[in-house]
Amino acid sequence: MGEVKLFRTWSSPYALRIVWALKLKGIVYETIYEDLANKSSLLLEYNPVHKKVPVLLHNRTPICESLVILEYIDETWNTTARFLPEDPLARATARFWAKFNDDRVVTSIFRAYVTQGAEQEEAIGPALENLDIVEKQLIGKNFFSGESFGFLDLVFGWIAKYLGILEETGGIKLLDEDRFPHILAWKDKFCDIPVIKESWPDREKLITKFQLMREHFISTAAGSS
Amino acid sequence: MADEVKLHGVTGSPFVCRAVIALNLKGINYEFVAEDFSNKSADLLKYNPVYKKVPVLLHNGNPILESLVIVEYIDEVWKGVPILPQDAYEKAQARFWAKFMDDKCDPAIFKVISSHGEEQAVAEAHEALQFLENELKVKGNKYFGGDNINLVDIAAISIAYWIGAAEEALGIEVLSKHKFPKLTEWSDNYVNCQAVKDSLPPIENLVAFLKKRFSKAE
Repeated sequence: MGEVKLFRTWSSPYALRIVWALKLKGIVYETIYEDLANKSSLLLEYNPVHKKVPVLLHNRTPICESLVILEYIDETWNTTARFLPEDPLARATARFWAKFNDDRVVTSIFRAYVTQGAEQEEAIGPALENLDIVEKQLIGKNFFSGESFGFLDLVFGWIAKYLGILEETGGIKLLDEDRFPHILAWKDKFCDIPVIKESWPDREKLITKFQLMREHFISTAAGSS
Repeated sequence: MADEVKLHGVTGSPFVCRAVIALNLKGINYEFVAEDFSNKSADLLKYNPVYKKVPVLLHNGNPILESLVIVEYIDEVWKGVPILPQDAYEKAQARFWAKFMDDKCDPAIFKVISSHGEEQAVAEAHEALQFLENELKVKGNKYFGGDNINLVDIAAISIAYWIGAAEEALGIEVLSKHKFPKLTEWSDNYVNCQAVKDSLPPIENLVAFLKKRFSKAE
């Protein structure tokens, strides 16, 4: 099926979606680690618009944007179990929730993590409201994609590890077990999947990184006010 | 059983227009349900509780939300006049550029309009538009989709029509022929496609709407 390379950073949750997808499909690929403070000329060539990871290279042609890459992988390696459902309405619904995660859930939680004081207090409300909506999506299901694991689990998967990291480094508690029993139950099932279990970046390294990132954001914000 | 198709929307929205173009391109019979944002219909709130926004497509009572998701849905359900390419890589490219419109171009265009052409906003919009200008230059085609319009052309309707209307309404310049010759040429061709022509609100109405919505408070 051709030569496959993945440009990623060790820590990017968006790139991790692609790692999971490639491994789940049993696709042989080469990893190229990027340092975003010192981007390679190849990354800039393959993703001139956003200059970001992940970038998938398939037979030397680049595909960018994690959700676009996921659908590309699903359509190209289509003899193994599909991530997205066949039915157009179910697909449209999955795409809607993927966009909701990327546009609302991630940004609202990030905001709560990267702020402090009154600003952080104000940010927690919207983050929890978005998580309420996520919680509702899991009612009556094992996984976001339904009975079995699929596309939406790859999209929401970051919650199973990174949310805890953001809570710890941001000094916030979001995933309360009384308010979010379904998310917590899903988290256990998701983390049990062998490909997922073996792919998480080192937790201590993530804590250090997100601690530093928060400090950087706070000092930048202070400097510009 | 005949398909029942409804589209909840407002004529002033380029996002609603994307869905209208897709429906007209495929020759689908549908009912347009005009929404009033100061008095949203019970159906809109029921079918889009998360965002309470338009467009909302209802197909046999099932809601589909988000304009680009709606356009892909229409393409998958109604065959004939393809909106997305068949080839997986070409499809990925189309989705990439459509997402670029959503994430970068349309917000930048909105900032230009709401700021009445403030210098920094225009510079950011130009930066985004330049990528699309280059894409047309490199591919050398009539449309982003080649000889026929595709998902990217549909996604980019705000460039082809809303920018011009805003320029007239607010006395600003955003898309000059000199700076963006390819986008200008593409716009002229694009708005004259029958399916697109049938989907656009009359320019005077759009100009009046934008003037009213974005007039500076005195």
